[in-house]
Amino acid sequence: MKVAIFPSCIVDTVFPEAGAAAIRLLERLGLDIDFPLEQTCCGQMHLNTGYETRAKKLAARHLTNFTPYDWVVGISTSCTTAVREFYPQLLGPTRAAVGGTGKFIELSEFLLDVLGVTELQGTFAKKVTFHTSCHSLRGIHLGDRPQRLLGMLSGIQLVPLPKSDSCCGFGGTFSIKNSAISTVMMEEKLANVYWTGAEVLTAADSSCLMNLSGGIQAAKKPLTVMHYAEILEIATRQTQGKLSNFSGAK
Amino acid sequence: MVWMVLSDMAGSRVGFPYTSLPRIEDSQLRANLRSATTAIREKRGRVVAEKDDWEELRLKGEQIRAEVLNNLDSYLVKLEASVENVGGVVHWAGDAGEANEIVLSLVRQHGESEVVKVKSLTTDEMGLNEYLSQGGVMAYETDLAELIVQLAHDKPSHILVPAIHMNRSEIRDLFQGTISKGTALSDDPTVLAEASRLYLRQKFLSAKIAISGVNFAVAETGTICVVESEGNGRMCLTLPKVLISVMGIEKIIPTLDDLAVFLELLPRSSTGERMNPYTSLWSGVHKGDGPEEFHLVIMDNRRSAVLADPVGRQTLQCIRCSACLNVCPVYERSGGHAYDSVYPGPIGAILSPQLFGTESSKSLPWASTLCGACYEVCPVRINIPQVLVHLREKVLTEGHRSSSERFQFAILSAVLSSGSRFDLALRTISRLRFLINRFLAFGSLPGVAGKWTVARELPEIPKESFRVWWRRSRGQ
Repeated sequence: MKVAIFPSCIVDTVFPEAGAAAIRLLERLGLDIDFPLEQTCCGQMHLNTGYETRAKKLAARHLTNFTPYDWVVGISTSCTTAVREFYPQLLGPTRAAVGGTGKFIELSEFLLDVLGVTELQGTFAKKVTFHTSCHSLRGIHLGDRPQRLLGMLSGIQLVPLPKSDSCCGFGGTFSIKNSAISTVMMEEKLANVYWTGAEVLTAADSSCLMNLSGGIQAAKKPLTVMHYAEILEIATRQTQGKLSNFSGAK
Repeated sequence: MVWMVLSDMAGSRVGFPYTSLPRIEDSQLRANLRSATTAIREKRGRVVAEKDDWEELRLKGEQIRAEVLNNLDSYLVKLEASVENVGGVVHWAGDAGEANEIVLSLVRQHGESEVVKVKSLTTDEMGLNEYLSQGGVMAYETDLAELIVQLAHDKPSHILVPAIHMNRSEIRDLFQGTISKGTALSDDPTVLAEASRLYLRQKFLSAKIAISGVNFAVAETGTICVVESEGNGRMCLTLPKVLISVMGIEKIIPTLDDLAVFLELLPRSSTGERMNPYTSLWSGVHKGDGPEEFHLVIMDNRRSAVLADPVGRQTLQCIRCSACLNVCPVYERSGGHAYDSVYPGPIGAILSPQLFGTESSKSLPWASTLCGACYEVCPVRINIPQVLVHLREKVLTEGHRSSSERFQFAILSAVLSSGSRFDLALRTISRLRFLINRFLAFGSLPGVAGKWTVARELPEIPKESFRVWWRRSRGQ
């Protein structure tokens, strides 16, 4: 099984620790993970801003970069949504399918659905709340997979976030073009986050987290923000012996 | 992202970002809107969850509407023949101006100076009330919320609940100053409804002409369907001698059987009810029963141009349920007036730019985070995020885009077109990170991007990018 990671350009640029965490975690599970250096950006940013022609070129080259792999594991729900849900519209369904959009998979889907992980040996003794990104909810329909993985850790206290189906207000260029509404949405989302009393805010999407952590820092609240892959990686760092009931790459 | 945030991408200073500002600062309006949309949203959620075959119904609804649009030319001719066959008169209008003139001349032919109206978005789109008024004809809105908006000289802010932006004490004050002058009213909804009934009853009994919109026009039988909740529509459609109904060309469904699908989809999606309270269906005229004359005005008003766009076409599938408004996080904060159109909310954000193409409507495709909540609830499965993105592209190709933004995306594309170029760019950013981070921490960003940083800190540029870490740690 040849597996590549697709951390996304935003992780590559600003949040390298999220990508590194996913790699370390997967390697700890006995997998050999590759990062094809030709990958840059899936083109979602261009598509969403209305640069369809440029997005098409980026989409085509993005698929080509992953030709040799069986699975392409993403850690950004909106980027995996872009490939799986938007490429068929952008490139046409046939070209997208032949290009391999079906092998793009989110980390939690890969761990639970492909590898069949049902337990993880690790400890994370903190109160954590999970922000559901719009694309995890309505794009790739991730359901509660990341929360299920987090729930396998001992010591973790997962507290549900009220109004979890509402958008954090980021929306890429929306947060710039309509910054006033975006800020109100973000502040209402954060009010719910603070209400939970969580010490850690996590999500499966670094762009939502960039928005929310920006707001948390500006409000000077003592809350740690990290990708859920980082939590899984930190929690399993000290684990001796078998990390999971899954024994390694098939 | 950082490079995008770093500069002003606002483009022109008109449109949604600016029209929405006063609404966002109005905490009373936001409270009114939040409680109203939350209530409808929850009600809809409950009644939709009852239907095991909801997704099949949505697919069926989409399929019927799409098929009609794909064959609209023949359906229109068929509808005309069917309506005339049952004694109705069909009038064709190329645009709103023609439609207004047809209605005014029909009213004048009967020597009338007053008409009663059933709530109709299409006539709002035409500006019919204003046109009639200039022609010496007073149009009385009979839907309670439309009446409120009319009395307040205001504009509707929601497709289904036009006065959603007002609360009951504001409405009490309005009634005491207008239709209930000299009467003390409480803000009890039943008292307010009674006040409007007393006023409207006289209008129903005296009017000789009624004007309505059309929810569905059945091509096969020439049957027209209007759905409403208050019974005011039933009064208008049965009491006056002359009935004039106005529809956009897209409102057709093939058969009466198809109507069954929409009478399931529409009430659950719009008001969160299992069944619509007043559903009126009529086919032409019948001696001694209802209006003696029936006129159907079929209006294009740029819909055929929308139809010509393969991606934009699905917009015309809309059955005006307003479910998308009630789930939209942007609408909830901005209110309907910010959209500066009779069609607010997500559906307005795709319909208005295509129908009207005004300067302010060009900003509407960006009035969305693309969160997808609208698409998820749409009973006829209009992929609103897809059309929004398509329209962003269209506005771009029409040249309504700042040159600085186009320049940035050109540079960005060049950088992203190869792994080594991206690598070089990331190394450069890392090398300059002390400068950039200080600049970011300063929060002194130019233009609109500055607003981003009022409420948020920008992330710091890390010492090494992911790919640099990968190469260093994996020895590649």
